[in-house]
Amino acid sequence: MSETEPLLVLRNIRKSFGRVEVLKGIDLEIGKGEIVALVGDNGAGKSTLIKVITGVHKPSAGEIVFKGQPITLKNVQASRLLGIETVYQERALADQQELWRNIFAGRELTRFLGFLDVAAQKRETGRLMRSGMGLTSRAITVDSEVKGLSGGEKQSVAIGRALYFDADLIILDEPTMGLSLKETERVLAFVRSIREQGKSAIFIDHNIFHVHDTADRFVILDRGRVVGQFHRSELTHQQLVDMMIALHEAGQVA
Amino acid sequence: MSSVASDTKDRPAEPQHGPSFLWRNRFQIAIIGMLVVLYAVFLIGDWRTYTSFDIYRSFMISIPFFGIMALAATYVVTLGEIDLSFPSIYGLAGWAFSAVYVASGSFPVAFVVCILVGVVGGLVNGLLVTKIGIPSIVATIGTMFLWRGLVNVLTQGQGIPIAQITDDPWHKLFVGQIPLGGPVVIPAQFIWFVAAALFFGVLFKRHRFGSHVLFVGDDEQSARMMGIHVDRVKIACFVILGVSAAFSSVFLLNQMLFFWATTGDGYLLTTLAAVFIGGTSVFGGKGTMIGTFVGVLIIASLEPGIISIGLSGFWTQFVYGLLITISVSIYALMLKRG
Ligand SMILES: Nc1ncnc2c1ncn2[C@@H]1O[C@H](COP(=O)(O)OP(=O)(O)O)[C@@H](O)[C@H]1O
Ligand SMILES: [Mg+2]
Repeated sequence: MSETEPLLVLRNIRKSFGRVEVLKGIDLEIGKGEIVALVGDNGAGKSTLIKVITGVHKPSAGEIVFKGQPITLKNVQASRLLGIETVYQERALADQQELWRNIFAGRELTRFLGFLDVAAQKRETGRLMRSGMGLTSRAITVDSEVKGLSGGEKQSVAIGRALYFDADLIILDEPTMGLSLKETERVLAFVRSIREQGKSAIFIDHNIFHVHDTADRFVILDRGRVVGQFHRSELTHQQLVDMMIALHEAGQVA
Repeated sequence: MSSVASDTKDRPAEPQHGPSFLWRNRFQIAIIGMLVVLYAVFLIGDWRTYTSFDIYRSFMISIPFFGIMALAATYVVTLGEIDLSFPSIYGLAGWAFSAVYVASGSFPVAFVVCILVGVVGGLVNGLLVTKIGIPSIVATIGTMFLWRGLVNVLTQGQGIPIAQITDDPWHKLFVGQIPLGGPVVIPAQFIWFVAAALFFGVLFKRHRFGSHVLFVGDDEQSARMMGIHVDRVKIACFVILGVSAAFSSVFLLNQMLFFWATTGDGYLLTTLAAVFIGGTSVFGGKGTMIGTFVGVLIIASLEPGIISIGLSGFWTQFVYGLLITISVSIYALMLKRG
């Protein structure tokens, strides 16, 4: 893989649910070490697009190229093995399960024949909680169930889980939704740290200020199409805000 | 470890005050308490019977006939699914065992065919639920009638005597009596039951498969997003129950030495009652194998217990009902608080 070659290339990605076409031919590139923000109204197809990239949904048409190789993602395991980690909008946690089960869901640490290495899962979860996730409340341990956590704590678990597995591309779908100011700051710091490690990220957020402060490039999605792409240097906060308002009102980028 | 996680200095571990051992095991503690109270009542009501070994031996003979299925059903219930067809799979597999044994004279051949019937029965349920998309309660009502109906057609209502099986060396492996000195004799099937409980318990809480069952039962969408093969996990749980039903029928037939067209029919509600009394949540995502194990002991002791303390057999169902209603109410309240 050369230095300039993009990490991920999407070509003409389409996705329909029944007769409703949600993605109408998406072209998108994500560079190495680049943080790309996907912005657009609710229902624009942002979550659907990232679920195509992670293998949750199969695209109806189109091509995905990752690290220079065309890939077909049979399932979520496939994208994870390639090095794509995701913090889903829905968080993808199981409420009644302990943290140590949630962190390793779907790729448990095992000893032999699939028997869990519970001690290792607990140890690693504990380490991740104290360092990566910043979950230092004394009321929360590796044995706590997700159910009792606050929104911000749940998001920390979901992000911590994505960071643990050392991916090349990290996707975050509305990670700051419902968080306090302090928790939001923490999440944005996470996102910036991704670039510092030379990894790439796709970042979805409705707050234009978060997006503008964090991402290198903005991709504007509207009703299943990419309607605009800008580098951070090309636009000020205000121009981006104005553009989103115009899109919302007129249905097109001014 | 990712470098983000490691470039911040690990803080020294603070004393953690997470959920206590008692709180985490509150369901298991509740049901063991229930068993203790029940046996206290039995001992007070009929000291002689409950201090002699005979009654425990008769429990150990009959418990495995449905107990192994209750352990297996814990997986299906933890998924948030239900299976009403396993007594019919029991019947069909039992028919296969008896018919093949009579025809071939070979215990191992009969056993393998019987287990295969269990695999197919479970597979059909699993496929109906996952691939066709029928809710399990509906799908298994269908297969419940289907397999029992097939038994009726195949047997024309006739039973199959298999008394000659007592001469088979394999017979002892399943229902032989193991003397431990004095009046203490352990029926082989009880050893199988305890082994099954250990196996299912470890598989449930200490194996990747069990972790996936818990996750799928808790939140199917999350499980999918975490790359868990939801359909495969569900199918496997139905197959485990089908195989357990087939396996259990071998114990019953070797003990009774006769196959009836109705074999297995009585076990539906007792089996599920044991799972629910045990504290496994019908909403999915929470289950306990220890709870089911104790639930089986409670269900099996109730009927003889009621009679030996001097109540008539007419009380049995009433007491079952009382116990089930009270226990599931306690669990529901615990869940609300937890
Ligand atoms: N699994 C699904 N089945 C049917 N329709 C879906 C599904 N997922 C998303 N959609 C539809 O696709 C459109 C885009 O949704 P989504 O990708 O979640 O948008 P966004 O994340 O941009 O708000 C919406 O109209 C939504 O109702
Ligand atoms: Mg979305």
